[in-house]
Amino acid sequence: MKYNWNWQIFWAPAPDGTGIYLWWLVSGLGWTLATALLAWVIALALGATIGTLRTTPLTWVVRLGNAYVELFRNIPLLVQLFLWYFVLPELLPKALGDAMKQMIPPWASFWPAVLCLGFYTSARVAEQVRAGIQSLPRGQGMAGTALGLTLPQTYRHVLLPQAFRIILPPLTSEFMNIIKNSAVALTIGLVELTARARSMQEFTFQVFEAFTAATLIYILITLIVVFGMRRVEKRVQVPGLISAGGAPMAGH
Amino acid sequence: MFAGFDFDVIERSLPFLFKEGMTFTLTLTAMAMTGGIVFGTLLAMMRLSSYRFLNVPAATYVNLMRSVPLVLVIFWFYFLVPWIGGWLIGAKEPIRVGAFWSSVITFTMFEAAYYAEIMRAGIQSVPRGQAWAGYALGLNYWQTMGYVVLPQAFRNMLPVLLTQTIILFQDTSLVYVLGITDFLGAAARIAQRDGRLVEMYLFVAVVYFIISFTLSWLVKRLQLRIAIVS
Repeated sequence: MKYNWNWQIFWAPAPDGTGIYLWWLVSGLGWTLATALLAWVIALALGATIGTLRTTPLTWVVRLGNAYVELFRNIPLLVQLFLWYFVLPELLPKALGDAMKQMIPPWASFWPAVLCLGFYTSARVAEQVRAGIQSLPRGQGMAGTALGLTLPQTYRHVLLPQAFRIILPPLTSEFMNIIKNSAVALTIGLVELTARARSMQEFTFQVFEAFTAATLIYILITLIVVFGMRRVEKRVQVPGLISAGGAPMAGH
Repeated sequence: MFAGFDFDVIERSLPFLFKEGMTFTLTLTAMAMTGGIVFGTLLAMMRLSSYRFLNVPAATYVNLMRSVPLVLVIFWFYFLVPWIGGWLIGAKEPIRVGAFWSSVITFTMFEAAYYAEIMRAGIQSVPRGQAWAGYALGLNYWQTMGYVVLPQAFRNMLPVLLTQTIILFQDTSLVYVLGITDFLGAAARIAQRDGRLVEMYLFVAVVYFIISFTLSWLVKRLQLRIAIVS
């Protein structure tokens, strides 16, 4: 039993004439990052809004927010992706649905992947934001009111700045999750990093080299994000405020 | 909107979906949970050990698994397990491993890294004095862990362990990338055969939602019941 290692394979020309195999992986990385970053914008915007609304005194808004979070948390990511990709165009008005189906290849799977990851992660961000705000002492909000701030002002100047500092570490891991989860988009034909490694394996049979390269790239991304976020945490740290470690959470 | 719906296709495929698909999903979940918690606890104990040759490999393994997408891990194990198996039994060729065992091994090894982090927090949540008391009574390391520390760690972490299992249950749908007939795979087959993507995928989403939502509600109730009021 012998496996033929061939690390030169990354410099071999790829069959589609776009250059060498290494370039395949790099372009895959590009799609992974593009998908993850765009989805992260959606996730952060929606998640921060919904998470904040869930801590307001408005009962029905809180209920709606809870329903939103439960909906996106209790359906597997892959199933949600299929809903965005296969099901949504059929349920929309015909003109819009047809336009979605007729998009040119990379975009036809890119946009559903971005929306899916964005909404999926937004529910998780919303949960973190809510937990962050509720972890603050109640006196903080009351002090804001006592100073004559309105509710939105209290959130803007008192609660949110503290809450976001507390939840920076869990938000970092959510950001890592969105990068990792973007690999699921290979099922709808997005050629991101994992898909590239997989097709490289199919063309060259050098399965372990291809997967090792992809794994190393993912580890590198993780290291960069972790170190980058550590610097951000240091910069925004308010002297005297504890940086909470947070309770252990289940998740990916 | 629902006028062109064919609900009949769901009814016709129910036996296939649940007998083949859901059985696979639940079996895989149960086996990966058991294996994952056992391995995860061992990894956590290694990580908390003061011996470098134990804690460094455990930390490396956990961090490696946690920085790689599950889809890539599934592919890794799918190709790696036959080689490791062949090497273990000294065969000339990589052995054939069925899709089922390949996914059981994958999910056990992958989730072990996540369970390990939970168990590590659980073990650390037990006051130091508990372990010292164990040693003072003359128990050795394994007895102290088995009778004193781990039972308390499990109790403290039970809700988080169960929540992780619900995530595992949802994650098993990713075996779709290997073309396995799990619950989603079964539905995808019917959907493509009959051209009924909308009905089948919506049904799958509803079923997953009901199961996961009910389980998380039960976990929440459990959490309230076993919470130690201080």
